[in-house]
Amino acid sequence: MLQPDEIEEIIKENLDCVFLKINGDDGTHFDATIVSKSFINQSTLQQHQIVYKSLGDMMKQEIHALSIKTYTPVQWEIIMEQGK
Amino acid sequence: MTTSEKIKELISANDVLLFMKGDRKFPQCGFSSSACQILDATGGSYETVDVLQDPDIREGVKVFSNWPTVPQLYVKGEFVGGADIMREMYESGELSKIIPQT
Repeated sequence: MLQPDEIEEIIKENLDCVFLKINGDDGTHFDATIVSKSFINQSTLQQHQIVYKSLGDMMKQEIHALSIKTYTPVQWEIIMEQGK
Repeated sequence: MTTSEKIKELISANDVLLFMKGDRKFPQCGFSSSACQILDATGGSYETVDVLQDPDIREGVKVFSNWPTVPQLYVKGEFVGGADIMREMYESGELSKIIPQT
């Protein structure tokens, strides 16, 4: 069964992430929180496309559903500040 | 007609078009179901295409949009995104702005 950390590994290989967390324990549905400089000046749509691209063929086969939250490092800092 | 021409035609013929699994009465996937709920909540009208009825469209729309999953929302010929983006845009009020109200 596909584990969240296997997905993390693949994303990490292809995308420079400041923060990366994948959750999901049924092998097909996953939630991703990703912070990357690559997202700067990109629309949400483009940010998600970057994530999908980093996963390559995995999206076609193993992963049935991936819910994605993307943040630029600055957006992420604001969220962390609010959480304190 | 090629699949991509077929998809183009569908998109240009419908202002708000959701490619989904099943239809709004019987969505066949949780994400397609929430996409319909979000569109219903905006109060605008929309058409749907059931990709399960046509394997060519099901695979073709993924290539066409450069997006590996269904549902996919098109508004006035522009690709808006999948269920996550729709939810985000609904919550920010942006989605209701781009969807023509009936």
